[in-house]
Amino acid sequence: MATYSTNEFKPGLKIMIDTSPCSIVENIIVKPGKGQAFNRVKYRNLINGRVVERTFKSGDTVEAADVSDEEMQYLYHDGEFFHFMNTTSFEQISATQAIVGDAAQWLKEQDPCTVTLWNNVPIVIMPPNFVNLKIVDTDPGVRGDTATGGTKPATLETGAVVRVPLFMTIDEVVRVDTRIGEYISRAKAE
Amino acid sequence: MTSIENLKKRAQLLQKIRAFFIARDVLEVETPCLSQHTVTNPYIESWVVFPSPCPLPPVVEGNSEKIFYLQTSPEYHMKRLLAAGSGSIFQICHAFRVDAHSERHNPEFTMLEWYRINFTLNDLMDEMDELLQLIFQKQKATRYTYQAIFKKYCSFDPLSISFEALKKFAEKNINIKNFTGDRDDWLSLTFTHLIEPNLLDTIFIYDFPASQAALARLNPRDPRVASRFEVYVDALELANGFHELNNAQEQRQRFIDDNKKRQQLSLAPIELDEKFLDVLDKLPDCSGVALGVDRLAMLALDVKSIDEVIAFSIERA
Repeated sequence: MATYSTNEFKPGLKIMIDTSPCSIVENIIVKPGKGQAFNRVKYRNLINGRVVERTFKSGDTVEAADVSDEEMQYLYHDGEFFHFMNTTSFEQISATQAIVGDAAQWLKEQDPCTVTLWNNVPIVIMPPNFVNLKIVDTDPGVRGDTATGGTKPATLETGAVVRVPLFMTIDEVVRVDTRIGEYISRAKAE
Repeated sequence: MTSIENLKKRAQLLQKIRAFFIARDVLEVETPCLSQHTVTNPYIESWVVFPSPCPLPPVVEGNSEKIFYLQTSPEYHMKRLLAAGSGSIFQICHAFRVDAHSERHNPEFTMLEWYRINFTLNDLMDEMDELLQLIFQKQKATRYTYQAIFKKYCSFDPLSISFEALKKFAEKNINIKNFTGDRDDWLSLTFTHLIEPNLLDTIFIYDFPASQAALARLNPRDPRVASRFEVYVDALELANGFHELNNAQEQRQRFIDDNKKRQQLSLAPIELDEKFLDVLDKLPDCSGVALGVDRLAMLALDVKSIDEVIAFSIERA
């Protein structure tokens, strides 16, 4: 079984902690002038997303997590599972609603996304940072009111609801930052 | 490498430091980096140097090849100069420790170390404060005893708390598994995790537990504590000073205790530096302190990484 020593710790390294795969977010070496050395580590539990801080004695080892990020294409949702495909090997995998979580609202068929696999099983689905989605429902805008920065809710083709400027109308396409769930700009219809 | 701009600022900083000591009539000295002896402290790992080509790795038992160490600080050599009558001295030199390279550490770093004859610990803290005010243009440092800083941030007395209660407190407040160690290890764990991050501005901490005296003398008014101080600026450990112990017998015993602890930690014992111990009784009454110059530069230039204040870090050296 592969292990990592604390001196190999760096952000992004995938390690096993208390039976969960985790990704190191921050690694600070604490070495007092005349005392024992530690690694103060912040890591994200990849299963529940929580960030936890823990200290390791320098020189300790931890088990490596067999975790990899793969770029995949989102295919479709069959009502129960979301299906993804590796566009190089054409291998397909499926993930439950629980795994896909909030990412579901940004997934449009044929769009790319990042699938995190642990022992070849998907554990996290990350949509692209920016997606272009069509508005399927929104109230009519108020004429002339384009400069005041007012917004209104709009439902997008994937089901997500974001606040858009008043001048946006149904069938127009918006660019959204999925990390904060906010409208960025108007985009060209495809 | 870092920018030439930063190296120019660093050079100005070094000039300021030299001018500070020259104005006070403190003699600049140079002592060897390469030595036949090194420190016994179990938590300071020295670089071992041997001639190339080396017939055998120096750690092999029975190997008679002479080995040398790169200094972890110029302390022993400088004290030998003091014992020989140098008067007050300072040195800016490179020191070496087997530490991982990080934002705050490079295995080779620059140290400013100075000793002042007939200075009490308090006198030396005053002088340190003047130097830091000159460099940072900030207000005076705040001073706490080791005991007071624990009471402030951890609400217990580090000098009287029971070992069990200390462990319980640390385990409850710090997420660490399988930690073992003696009382000082647990105090150090608590200090680095629960106190150090709070030490913003300029903070001096003094009167460390006697068990952490290292090369400091014990406080004659309260032998539970040693006349040692540390300096923190913006939560960065910057300097460590002592009212210097000049009792060879007591120092020898501490070195022997260090070696006992090394044994418990499965570390090879370190041969005692008899050249140093031979003259320690002749050391005049003095206080001395070592300051990390790279960290001083990091703070003065307001940069996050040591790599930004040194020409080439270990990965590029």
